[in-house]
Amino acid sequence: MPAAELRIGLDVNGHREELEVAVHHTLLDVLRDRLGLTGTKECCAEGECGACTVLVDGEAVNSCLVLAVEVDGHRVTTIEGLGEGDRLSRLQDAFLECGAVQCGFCIPGMVMSAHYLLSQTPHPDATQIREGLSGNLCRCGGYNQICSAVALAASTTDTREDVE
Amino acid sequence: MSSFAYARPERLADVFGLWRDEPAARLLSGGTDLLVAIRKGRARPPLVIDLKHVQELAPGISEREGFLRIGASTVLSDMVADARVRAAFPALVEAALVVGSIQIRNRATLTGNLCNASPAADTAPPLLVHDAVVEVTGPSGARRLTLDAFFVRPGRTALERSELVSAIELPIPERPSGGAFERMTRRRGVDLATVNLACAIGADGVTRLGFGAVGPRPLLAVDDSGVLADPGASAEEQDAVLDRLAAVTSPISNVRASREYREAMLIVLARRALATARRRLEEARHAGR
Repeated sequence: MPAAELRIGLDVNGHREELEVAVHHTLLDVLRDRLGLTGTKECCAEGECGACTVLVDGEAVNSCLVLAVEVDGHRVTTIEGLGEGDRLSRLQDAFLECGAVQCGFCIPGMVMSAHYLLSQTPHPDATQIREGLSGNLCRCGGYNQICSAVALAASTTDTREDVE
Repeated sequence: MSSFAYARPERLADVFGLWRDEPAARLLSGGTDLLVAIRKGRARPPLVIDLKHVQELAPGISEREGFLRIGASTVLSDMVADARVRAAFPALVEAALVVGSIQIRNRATLTGNLCNASPAADTAPPLLVHDAVVEVTGPSGARRLTLDAFFVRPGRTALERSELVSAIELPIPERPSGGAFERMTRRRGVDLATVNLACAIGADGVTRLGFGAVGPRPLLAVDDSGVLADPGASAEEQDAVLDRLAAVTSPISNVRASREYREAMLIVLARRALATARRRLEEARHAGR
């Protein structure tokens, strides 16, 4: 039956969450405003910039283009779910080492897209890295450092620790 | 985003029931276009019917009676990863890989790309040249029509009220064919095509060209003279045929390019695509496929 609110259950970064959501609220809305996971950013809200990138069942998606009710029963990974406690993931460390973070707004989306790329292609070449990040915009213009960070993360350790 | 009611039926019959009771409802598949339209106020549906749980529209690609059948809920990422699609329809893979971004392709469906009926839809030209068939299902049953008959004008398809696309089918070529896709955009990623084009050269020497973003709908043109398929034909002969085929187009000038630029680039892209397609046809013959 058509509903205006639905009770959904989902796994977010390994935690089981159950909550009542308005059916027109996006996954992005629910992550930020209901679950307090503000690492995922809202920017263009039309699937152009990639700042809201998260994984759903291990696949990178724009969380601004997914309704929260669509992930009922699914597994979501956000930027908060990559490290362990205070320990950053190898990929996140690589972003710091390469000075890939300027204002930082695009970075959670960049890291999630890079994380997804490495889960599919553990040792990407430069073209594959650029293609893997082509759905993410950085207006500080730090693309070279960002690509270097991904290459560093791919080259220095077995990336399986970063991959679910 | 304006509010709406939401339903996620599991059977097609329930979809048609909901739609009958609320004719202004919109169907949700990948959502990468619909949710943008709702957020921008271009669509204000009272009800959104999510099709992803409908058994009859389940994602997946299967072989049936000489066709590859792509279920309505199949996302572009899964389609381009399918070995059968990659082997038989490289132009479709190339086209699907430039739709939106990786994040978009992980949600967006082939069916949704076609139902939007954008003249610039990247998957349309390769599907046109490969003779794709659209399976349309309504409350009283299913019908099949060619993709060429499916497109009408921007945003308008041959779907009647209460009909939806339940699958896309591609005839599996019995003899080697060569296909290619070309596209011109202002930037490399996440951009709509200024011009896009696909071609398929059959073993019988017939060349089919699909043109996008140069008319009110994606267009199909066929050369059965054999000139475009002939590696020995002169550039002048081939350009004369291309000019004749391009007569079906009627490009407009807009923010992406002028009419004249589109007309000129269409021929350039066609030459490139033909060269690739002829090479692939030759390779397929050598491989004995």
